Amino acid sequence: MRRQIEGSRAIAETVARCRPQVVPAYPITPQTHIVEGLGAMVKAGTLAPCEYITVESEFGAMSAAIGASAAGARTYTATASQGLLYMAEALFNASGLGLPIVMTVANRAIGAPINIWNDHSDSMSQRDCGWVQLYAEDNQTAVGLHVLAFRLAEELSVPVMVCVDGFVLTHAFEPIEVPDQESVDAYLPPYRARQVLDPDEPVTIGAMVGPEAFTEVRYLAHHQLEQAIEHFPRLADEYAALTGGSLAAVSTYRVDGARTVVLALGSVSGTIKDAVDEIDEPVGVVTLTLYRPFPVDELRTVLTAAEHVIVLERAFAPGAGGVVSADVRTALAGRQTRVSTVVAGLGGRAVTKASIQAMLADAAANRLPELSFLDLRTDIVEEELARRDSAHRTGPHSQGVLRIAGVPGSRIG
Amino acid sequence: MFEIRIHGRGGQGVVTAAELLSVAAFLDGHEAQAFPSFGSERMGAPVMAFCRISDAPIRLREPVTKPDAVIVVDATLLHHVDLFAGVSTDGYVLINSTRSLAELGLSDLLERHQPGRVATIDATEIAREHLGRPLPNVCLLGAFAALTGTVSPGSIETAVRERFVGAVADANVRAAREAFAMMKQVTHA
Repeated sequence: MRRQIEGSRAIAETVARCRPQVVPAYPITPQTHIVEGLGAMVKAGTLAPCEYITVESEFGAMSAAIGASAAGARTYTATASQGLLYMAEALFNASGLGLPIVMTVANRAIGAPINIWNDHSDSMSQRDCGWVQLYAEDNQTAVGLHVLAFRLAEELSVPVMVCVDGFVLTHAFEPIEVPDQESVDAYLPPYRARQVLDPDEPVTIGAMVGPEAFTEVRYLAHHQLEQAIEHFPRLADEYAALTGGSLAAVSTYRVDGARTVVLALGSVSGTIKDAVDEIDEPVGVVTLTLYRPFPVDELRTVLTAAEHVIVLERAFAPGAGGVVSADVRTALAGRQTRVSTVVAGLGGRAVTKASIQAMLADAAANRLPELSFLDLRTDIVEEELARRDSAHRTGPHSQGVLRIAGVPGSRIG
Repeated sequence: MFEIRIHGRGGQGVVTAAELLSVAAFLDGHEAQAFPSFGSERMGAPVMAFCRISDAPIRLREPVTKPDAVIVVDATLLHHVDLFAGVSTDGYVLINSTRSLAELGLSDLLERHQPGRVATIDATEIAREHLGRPLPNVCLLGAFAALTGTVSPGSIETAVRERFVGAVADANVRAAREAFAMMKQVTHA
């Protein structure tokens, strides 16, 4: 039954139906509603048996998750932004040890300058930490991805990050159907650990590995992670059969006959679809849900006919350019396909239909550079650069730019 | 698609109002979406929330820049935020204030818009009477239902009762009913 509920609420209810046994969590905007919801369910006894651990930090959260998972418990946590960075070391440990922890990242920008709003800088900064990364296009997808994430994590014994756009999805009320307990139970059998701390059958989890074996252990982790590409379609089919919910590692919209294709991750995809619906030239949209491991073959297939791929990214690599674009370029190596990077929606800057259509008009007129920033206010940038060049001690850019652009929240859109 | 933008300050229930509106529209059988746009996360800071109502699934995630209706929960924002940006002359404007449009210096709004589409209501006072607290958000939804006819008052009541319980729910429902009745009288006068 569809209900008009908040994304975070739907995610919390879904996670609860996956029966996590341990939830160590530390609150951070915009993830807080999810773990608050789970905490309330544990307290009320509706999520049981489950231990909710209020930890002292995100480093503590992931460390407790590692311990719980190694002890054989189905383990879940959630974080965002600086919180994800604070657990960075433990993230690599979770994946390196092969522990099937599931975590929601309520995507938010990373400071400085401090910013609570949505972009993908946080999860993209951890793209190489050895976790599966899934990006949700809408809350219905987010719900399904969480159920699939537990199954995928436990089948492969790898951790899975479900990335959900902060505020845009986590705080959005929309019609969402949370799968019923019976379907989730049918889909997700009780956790049977591939490795567990068991006094009757002792193992060393986290042995020191020297040069003679480190490459092999890392290779095996890579090999294990890559299995997710094969597992995903089967798990998605099973999920659809049980719940009717549609999930895909890569999904396409109007790509047939389109020479230009926009590729994006996350919630911006819906706005892009609405934008291309309104223009004359056929432009396709590819939504990448599975980002790590990177589904090279599937992307090569869906982009076969594309002459120009515009990768719209909600993060970027300073001093280099696109993050996802680099993967797309590698995937399309050997082809003549042009790949452009459009960095959009940083720190909550609205990505509008009008901006996307203007960008596509530039692309059609061959005016879109290899790297561009959507709606960059060049007037502000130029004024600030001039100010910086006017003296030596000109102070921080953020202060200078705020003087021109106005205080946070003063603009609509 | 009918798009609503709600302006107020942190602590006034702006985000809750948009959420409840979306629930009411959903209960009426529509597709709906509500989401907030926070400024600084603190009491008193300007806050916006958006609501879209449609008969087709809603994919669009951009903020509402061309609203069909604007609800102003806090009229002291009039000189700080471009509250009426993008609203067309056939759009609705509902302002929570003890003052008339003329007293607020908004006579031009009244002249520009179609008759019966711009109104003020003293929702804070109505809320104070019923809730004992100056929380005008639900009360404004009652007035909004009467002004625009976009959502049914019954669905607003159901949405309020799903969200709140006991005396708080009852008081909010009474406040919304009173505002609905008052606005019906004004717009049909």
